[in-house]
Amino acid sequence: MAPSQQFSVQVEVLLRDGIADPQGATIERALPALGLDGVTAVRAGKSFRFDIAASDDADALAQATVVADRLLANPVIEESVVTVRPAGSPA
Amino acid sequence: MAPHIGVVLFPGTNCEHDAVEALGRLGADADLVWHGSTSLEGYDALVLPGGFAHGDYLRPGAIARFSPVMEAVAAFAAAGGPVVGICNGFQVLTEAGLLPGALQKNRGLRFVCATVAVRVERDDTALTGGVAVGTTLSIPINHFEGNYTCDTETLARLRDEDRVVLRYVDNPNGSIDDIAGVCNEGRNVVGLMPHPERAASALVGSEDGNVLLGALLRTAGAATPAA
Repeated sequence: MAPSQQFSVQVEVLLRDGIADPQGATIERALPALGLDGVTAVRAGKSFRFDIAASDDADALAQATVVADRLLANPVIEESVVTVRPAGSPA
Repeated sequence: MAPHIGVVLFPGTNCEHDAVEALGRLGADADLVWHGSTSLEGYDALVLPGGFAHGDYLRPGAIARFSPVMEAVAAFAAAGGPVVGICNGFQVLTEAGLLPGALQKNRGLRFVCATVAVRVERDDTALTGGVAVGTTLSIPINHFEGNYTCDTETLARLRDEDRVVLRYVDNPNGSIDDIAGVCNEGRNVVGLMPHPERAASALVGSEDGNVLLGALLRTAGAATPAA
């Protein structure tokens, strides 16, 4: 089936649990300087946005998952969360 | 005949001439291979040198692994050809799945540029064949993402299968189990963070890198490398 619809994709990539996150830890250590000492579990990651032409939701999700798993995240140390919505719809 | 060694050049690689020079001084016929090449015919060994392939965008090695040459590198490795990845080249090999694990940012988010002591742990890989186990070499490191990591099952397998090739004497970057270099199951693909090509002459502080590069030449089929 020919792609007929545009989808907006967001991919969030974070280090897997158990993998040291020195960026997150460094940010967390800086927070007391703001007077905020109740902020914990800071994790640093990456966010990607792109558009995909696909036949339907499932097709868009399948394509976006390939992008996330094969390029955007390194599965040895990272995990990704893929969100797909029709282009133009509220995020 | 001098072994023909290809040094793979990606956009952003910056240690290729050091590698060609160091290998050439040991008697290799070394030349550059552009990352767009799809044939590696005629090469006896390959080196993926250091640098910042494709700007290290996304993750070091993440884009380089899609370069046309990488399919040929994988086929060369699968056929038993010696392949050595140095620093960024090591990162490319892990991203390409030719070596296990990953290189993440150094402990403490520190860029490290220093000459360090590394211990040879195996004498039966493409880069350490014939080098006595326990030999300590003085070789520079120069990286931000050199902190080797892998899951516990992979680490257990690397140990059981004697695939940790080099360890740091004094861990500079947080690498798990002090790992500075590992090899694949076939022992013909080796990745390491230290730069042996930058320790190729006493004039630059150390010639210990020649111990490793000389072993690669032997693996590649050379006669005894010139001193």
